Amino acid sequence: MPTELDFEKPIAELQGKIAELKSFMEKNGLDLHGELRKLEERLEELTESTYANLTAWQRVQLARQIGRPTTLDYIKGICDEFLELHGDRHFADDPTIVGGIGLVAGHPITVIGHQKGRDTKENIRRNFGMANPEGYRKALRLMRQAEKFGRPVVFFIDTPGAYAGMSAEERGQSVAIAENLLEMAGLRTPTISIVTGEGGSGGALGLGITDRIFMLDYAWYSVIAPESAAAILWKDSKLGPKAAEVMRLTAADLLDLGIVDGVIAEPRGGAQKDPKAMVQSVRDKVMATLRELSQIPIDELLAARYHKYRDMGEYIERQ
Amino acid sequence: MLKDLFYRRRQYATLGTAAEPKPVQKPPEVVERDVPKGLVQKCEACGNLLMAKELQKHVYTCPECNFHFRVDARTRVELTLDAGTFIELDAGITSTNPLGFPEYESKLAKAQSATGMAEGALTGKGEIDGMPVLMAVMDPGFMMGSMGAAVGEKLTRAMERACVERKPLILFTASGGARMQEAILSLMQMAKTSVALRRMHDSGVLFVSVITHPTTGGVSASFASLGDIIIAEPGAMFGFAGRRVVEQTMRQKLPDDFQTAEFNLKHGMVDKVVHRKQMRDALAAIVRIHTARGWADAD
Ligand SMILES: [Zn+2]
Repeated sequence: MPTELDFEKPIAELQGKIAELKSFMEKNGLDLHGELRKLEERLEELTESTYANLTAWQRVQLARQIGRPTTLDYIKGICDEFLELHGDRHFADDPTIVGGIGLVAGHPITVIGHQKGRDTKENIRRNFGMANPEGYRKALRLMRQAEKFGRPVVFFIDTPGAYAGMSAEERGQSVAIAENLLEMAGLRTPTISIVTGEGGSGGALGLGITDRIFMLDYAWYSVIAPESAAAILWKDSKLGPKAAEVMRLTAADLLDLGIVDGVIAEPRGGAQKDPKAMVQSVRDKVMATLRELSQIPIDELLAARYHKYRDMGEYIERQ
Repeated sequence: MLKDLFYRRRQYATLGTAAEPKPVQKPPEVVERDVPKGLVQKCEACGNLLMAKELQKHVYTCPECNFHFRVDARTRVELTLDAGTFIELDAGITSTNPLGFPEYESKLAKAQSATGMAEGALTGKGEIDGMPVLMAVMDPGFMMGSMGAAVGEKLTRAMERACVERKPLILFTASGGARMQEAILSLMQMAKTSVALRRMHDSGVLFVSVITHPTTGGVSASFASLGDIIIAEPGAMFGFAGRRVVEQTMRQKLPDDFQTAEFNLKHGMVDKVVHRKQMRDALAAIVRIHTARGWADAD
């Protein structure tokens, strides 16, 4: 069960009061519907204003909530059938990046994404969404396979960052991510990426050079997690909330900056409140976008992909 | 020793259209320059005291222990290209503060006055052993060599120019990674340089990345690791996450050589570790091999 965050506590308290009142009414056969309606109205107001005025840090917290649909949940909800494929053919199968092939509305597709756990036990097995080089190399293999058979690729991004362990360094975390960037830049098939939760650093970008990029409403995407940014900038990782505010990392920020092509609305309070509705929205977006991209000749698509990334970033030029 | 590394026979060294093989050029005389840190410098590794003149003579390496001192971007160009051939390009590109990030402008101004550079990368064209190349150098002293949009743009232009002019690009990396003050926009410079590199790759133009100390983070996880040939300077730190971050993750002390050039060579991440004294010849050999006439044009 998802637990509420600090800023959601007043909502939970009010919900508790309403439940109490209901059971009190039932037990005692009293009609307090006027009272109840008032409380329910207050709850609606409070819920609405809480989620309509989220700070960047609150969004970061929501993006990390357990209970949000994971990549495998999206796959299950989007594909009519799906075959998960394993291994990088060099070293291992990284459970943190999952991928495979399937059919969506009868059309073939390759899906690759970071996989977080749905509980603590699974999270440990999935390394909390922090992939190893073999995960990126599995992704590379599946991308090339998709290109060979002309299947579009949909990437789901949800990682705090690539794994920063010794073994990852020994096996070439850098080059594994770098080679994916090079591959995605020229992959001759339509590609979409969707940031479903956390878009942390190069570990996110390693699945993220695509023709279209979308973000869920409460997702974040930046160069580094806000706590780590705070640790570097101000030598204090507890200043994560402050860093989140200045980093411009929310979906609305990225849309504004021209990095993402669209924001996918979440159920109020987050995807974990109504996973089914969330998966359905993502399915609709994927289908509409793949239909659109498939109509564009591949060389045009690649030229557009080049120019999109070519133009990212602002600088000054004096003659 | 160099002969073992880069064996070559002069008579086969064809330089494009040049009919006469050029005489072997000596590394260019290092131009006399002010050494701001005084007349004597201490080697960080062995404590050896070195006169500024001596340090220059040894191309800023320690003759006792081979420690490689940090050199700025302009010195690097002088050490690498034929004397007087370098022409700087896109010198007018500098950073702005697109996200309104606190204290970014003052940090930029400080870096500019400390390094005398407008931005963290120096790009241009020149010749190495008489062969034309494009060259880019990241300056480790400019905001820790971090990559923002200005650095990304300069490097991208160098890559695009390499494609158009069909000249090799030699890129010396030194970077703490993407520049935090530009947040997502700096992360996207990894993507931007990668799409440009992809074009180089597809047009068969040579890209050599030379890893200097330190090369980590977003730079390490993009173009630094994408050289057709990757050379590293001895002792240069090269890795994805910084040493301290990895130590925190592992909760253990790491071996001394962790993430050094030599460690990377052992794990197959770089092609060669080349001493600074031999770097110029090594790069010239690489360029020569890639500009030689093919077998279809054999006599
Ligand atoms: Zn020494």
